[in-house]
Amino acid sequence: MSTLKGRNLISITDFSKDEYIEVLDIAEEFEKNPKQKILSDKVVATLFFEPSTRTRLSFESAANQLGARIIGFSDPGGTSVQKGESLHDTIVMVSSYADLIVMRNPKEGSSRYASEVSTVPVINAGDGANQHPTQCMLDLYSIRKTQGRLDNLNIACVGDLKYGRTVHSLVQAMCNFNATFHLVSPEELKLPSSVKMSVKNAGLKYYQYTDIKDVVPVADIIYMTRVQRERFPDPMEYERVKDSCILTADMLKGCKDNMRVLHPLPRVNEITVDVDKTPYAYYFRQAQNGVYVRQALMAAILGVR
Amino acid sequence: MDSKKELVVPRIENGTVIDHIPTTVVYQVAHILGLEKYEDEVLIGNYLGSQKFIRKGIIKVKNKYFTREELSKISLVAPMATIITIKNYEVVEKIEAEMPDHIENFVRCANPKCITNAEVVPTKFDVVDKENLKLKCHYCEKFTTKETIRFCE
Repeated sequence: MSTLKGRNLISITDFSKDEYIEVLDIAEEFEKNPKQKILSDKVVATLFFEPSTRTRLSFESAANQLGARIIGFSDPGGTSVQKGESLHDTIVMVSSYADLIVMRNPKEGSSRYASEVSTVPVINAGDGANQHPTQCMLDLYSIRKTQGRLDNLNIACVGDLKYGRTVHSLVQAMCNFNATFHLVSPEELKLPSSVKMSVKNAGLKYYQYTDIKDVVPVADIIYMTRVQRERFPDPMEYERVKDSCILTADMLKGCKDNMRVLHPLPRVNEITVDVDKTPYAYYFRQAQNGVYVRQALMAAILGVR
Repeated sequence: MDSKKELVVPRIENGTVIDHIPTTVVYQVAHILGLEKYEDEVLIGNYLGSQKFIRKGIIKVKNKYFTREELSKISLVAPMATIITIKNYEVVEKIEAEMPDHIENFVRCANPKCITNAEVVPTKFDVVDKENLKLKCHYCEKFTTKETIRFCE
């Protein structure tokens, strides 16, 4: 019996290395055969207290393909939440209607709290700037899929490394797999020291850069993120650094054959469209992988895998 | 008798003395222990000479013995404080304030976006750095430090 049955997934640190691998293995099965009606007697509640495109659709597609019924909302407008109902009361109520809750809420820590008051498992689909563990799982899946392994890889993370929660989770998760990290960002958006400390504590190495060109020849994965103008108090400073974190097809000359470019999406201009046609672009497949990984998580947590 | 050795803060017959409190947090310690509402003698001295500190604070609370949990709160703002139990004017126990590994429901999370600041949710923290006072919120996973610490009402 899987150790994942009945578990919550709130933070990437909730699962062990072996449990990540187990989810990725199950996801691989679903990629081969995604339409299996194994959750036809289950109800999945998707509670989205703020807008989401990919994450919500991907969860709902995953649940639908497994035959589960979906209840929930994509916007709290029109629900009792808008009337002032507490998160506590909403979760207590919904947990009596569903077998599993998938929740996105802008309040940081809200998913952990929901998991403590819910009588059914909770999957965190993003709690503000805190955690988005299923994104991290699909990033791991995409890395393993493109590289054939997770161990001993050179992972380049580019862009907003300070506020980008996906980068923090990815770095923490890859610390389990003896990665070497290449961190490319403007000075203002460097990886927080607490995350760098996780790398050091794992006995691993990281290198910091300000120009993306420096990491292209060494990277197995280039994980791009968006540099947002609003992160800069001084607009001139943004103008000065914004191009240092834009990836173009030209820049990929000299990269390793196995190198793939990942991005949690949505992309704005940090990957130019000419990269899409290169064999290195993987970000749209990465988003597709999210369905298999979410199928695997739901099936394992509901005890049918 | 050497008049220079007279006690600035009088002795108590029974109760608790909290000694070696940094001068800047004496009133905070009194607040943390809820002494504003304590209906018996509370003697507070501050900026007193000390061997351990250049200047120190002291609080004497008559007829009151605190729980370990209450005393652990003191350690967050005055980790060098000494807690002395007095019975019949005699010292029966002297311990240093001990910082716990986990604290619940008396510190507020410094992250304004944390769920504990939006709804009625009891706070929980892991103490990740006792020397520099760094608390990790169980919910939002952000850090509260000695610069940002605030206590629940």
